[in-house]
Amino acid sequence: MLIRTVIALWLGAALTASAANELRFCLRADPKTFNPLLVEDENSATVRYLTGGVLIRLNRYTQELEGELAAKWKVAENGQRIDFELRRGVRFSDGTPFTCQDVAYTMHQVMDPALHSPVGDSFRSAPGDVETTCASPSTASVRFPAPVANLAAQFDQVAILSVVSPRKESAVLGPFELGEYKPGTYVLLQRNPNYWKRDANGHALPYLDSIRLEIQQNRELELLRFRRGELDIINKLDPEMYDRLSAEMPHAVADAGPSLDWETVFFNQVDSAPLPEYKRRWFRSSDFRRAISEGIRRDDIVRIVYHGHAHAAAGPVSVANRFWLNPALKPGSGSEAAALALLERGGFRRSGGTLLDSAGNKVEFSMITNAGNKLHERMLALIQQDLARLGIQLNVVVLDFPSLIERISRSFNYEAVLMAITNVDLDPSAQMNVWLSSAANHQWNPNQKTPETGWEGEIDKLMQAQNASQDPNKRKTYFDKVQQIVADQAPIVFLVNPNALSAVSANLRNVTPAVLSPQIFWNADRLQVGGSLVSQR
Amino acid sequence: MTGKQKFAMVILGVAVVASLGAAYISRSSYSEQFREAISAPPSARFWLGTDELGRDRFARLLYGTRVSLLLAPAAALLSTVIAGLIGGAAGYLGGRWERIVTAGVDLFLSLPWLFLLLAVRALLPLNTSPVMSVMITFLLLGCLGWAAPARIIRAGTRTQVNSDYLVQAAASGVSRWRLFWRHLLPNLRPILLAQFWISVPVFILSEANLGLLGLGVSEPLPSWGALLRELENYSAVLRNPWMLAPAVLLVIVVSCLQLLLRTEESAPC
Repeated sequence: MLIRTVIALWLGAALTASAANELRFCLRADPKTFNPLLVEDENSATVRYLTGGVLIRLNRYTQELEGELAAKWKVAENGQRIDFELRRGVRFSDGTPFTCQDVAYTMHQVMDPALHSPVGDSFRSAPGDVETTCASPSTASVRFPAPVANLAAQFDQVAILSVVSPRKESAVLGPFELGEYKPGTYVLLQRNPNYWKRDANGHALPYLDSIRLEIQQNRELELLRFRRGELDIINKLDPEMYDRLSAEMPHAVADAGPSLDWETVFFNQVDSAPLPEYKRRWFRSSDFRRAISEGIRRDDIVRIVYHGHAHAAAGPVSVANRFWLNPALKPGSGSEAAALALLERGGFRRSGGTLLDSAGNKVEFSMITNAGNKLHERMLALIQQDLARLGIQLNVVVLDFPSLIERISRSFNYEAVLMAITNVDLDPSAQMNVWLSSAANHQWNPNQKTPETGWEGEIDKLMQAQNASQDPNKRKTYFDKVQQIVADQAPIVFLVNPNALSAVSANLRNVTPAVLSPQIFWNADRLQVGGSLVSQR
Repeated sequence: MTGKQKFAMVILGVAVVASLGAAYISRSSYSEQFREAISAPPSARFWLGTDELGRDRFARLLYGTRVSLLLAPAAALLSTVIAGLIGGAAGYLGGRWERIVTAGVDLFLSLPWLFLLLAVRALLPLNTSPVMSVMITFLLLGCLGWAAPARIIRAGTRTQVNSDYLVQAAASGVSRWRLFWRHLLPNLRPILLAQFWISVPVFILSEANLGLLGLGVSEPLPSWGALLRELENYSAVLRNPWMLAPAVLLVIVVSCLQLLLRTEESAPC
């Protein structure tokens, strides 16, 4: 009996110790795939980030590229070729050695049209094959049919697969490997025993034994479980939850500052849209759009809607994006006088408390947003009153998300829209699909055969020029001009960049919140639960 | 009418008068934002404090009462009339008609009406005024809320049809129409009234939930439903208990209505 009790106590202690070295946080839904080359959704991307080994990694904190599996790299032929010097002695999680053949195999898979890899889209600059040459097991050279913009950074998304491992994509080079998956319940990632990286003292990384990704859609339950100590991290808190948690556990919350995401307003400028002609004229008037931008008090949105956890936006680059920001741009002032001056210049006039256009039409329009988003509903209420000061009647309409998407991308039956745009890439090349007039995501007037306005034509040229150039300073000059045109024409009114808010358990060490996703666990291989784990290894 | 019921009448009267005279009682408009006084506690200026956008909660409660107290009973009346006609006819006629109506009600209740509501919202013009939007919402609620009461009314009618006084009246040669209108309907009145009063708070809360789908009252017009949605933030409610005012008013109004309902129940047929 005594022996049985001792064994039970020992087992209990062992289990507790195991659980104590585990990081736990939530995914909003099941990952759609565990194949790193097929990742499209955020949850699969989380698993890929934690398990996949890449040649080059963007450091989410410093925003600099760092060599991972590639000890060195060099971009050549104006961005058409990249040469890698690979680390030696690296093994996959199943013990298979990592060689140049794995890079060649992965690139072949990425570019295979039959696989439809979303990762491959960013490399497809022109028709033709991608060639990977292996001069030796530790040198690889990848050549593309045409120059690829920001080539090195694109490899941050390419998790290297093993060409010889029987475990296929389950054999990984990242700090963790897939341990167990229970659909709808959790994904358990276990420490990769063959992970190549070591800390400054020579200890093998990662420090954690496992990461448990609980699948939990309900954010209130997630918050409750965090409070109970059942979770260690909440990524992307909303400002209200942040403040609630901060009142109870002030040391558990982290505000990493403005993110790359935007809250924006844009007007329907589509030629075929079912709009009265006089409204189309308003929406195509840059004076009108700029007046709206000037009239919205962004500071109030930051203070009232985001409780201070956002930054007034001046243009398409967040202040978090240090290199690409055009510092000459300033956010709209919120000044009634400045807005009215612009409206007057555009032919509008006030009659009593109502704004009229040059033909005497009362200025009234609707603005749609997605239902169930309290932040948007509050923002719209503030904008409604801001525009009422100018004599504009704004009708607020909240729609379910599919209806909203239907209206803004297919039927074009809307007048103005308030919506959030998520941005995960620092480089402006990732915004080509927004700024090119021929692009489907050129939201205010998509899929133009030829640019319908001079300034859109100018943006097209500048974006293509920055995309073709490999000189960062030249590219910056081009994109600064794009930002200036966007500020002058206001096709999209940028309101705020919400802050990257998160919650972190006091038990978690080495946390350095960053504004780039994944904000908290970007350095997952160096995170520790508790304090004595390093010395145990 | 008892003393309690007179008291209930007075309370309801005060609520109706206050909501209709909101412009005179409240110092602020329901939509005016006092951005320097967001989430303010009750004060001489703001009797129930301000909401997260700095709007006077008291003004919004008064105007919201006007919207909900007029439109929710109207929708309840519509649904009760439809339920009374369908359920009463099925119970009274019995046999094949009753089976058809019962099957129809079951089918109606099993249909995903959420999609109809979404489709209706998608079809509405975007520049629909807030007042028109709220009227359409309550009209829809009235048209869709009849099925469950119809079941109860059918069962109640069936009980009455088999009762001695109706059998005796029928045996005496009273016509079917006279039997229905003169004898059956007055005896169904307690059931109909109960269904009506039960529907009122249900519709008020349904309107709040429809707000999540983009139906319901749009900004800046307030309604009880919209005000009750604020209570989702339970920690804010604990800190600011005056946020419970719309819930308290809803309970008081529904309780008063229930008290008055008892008067009707005890009235002779």
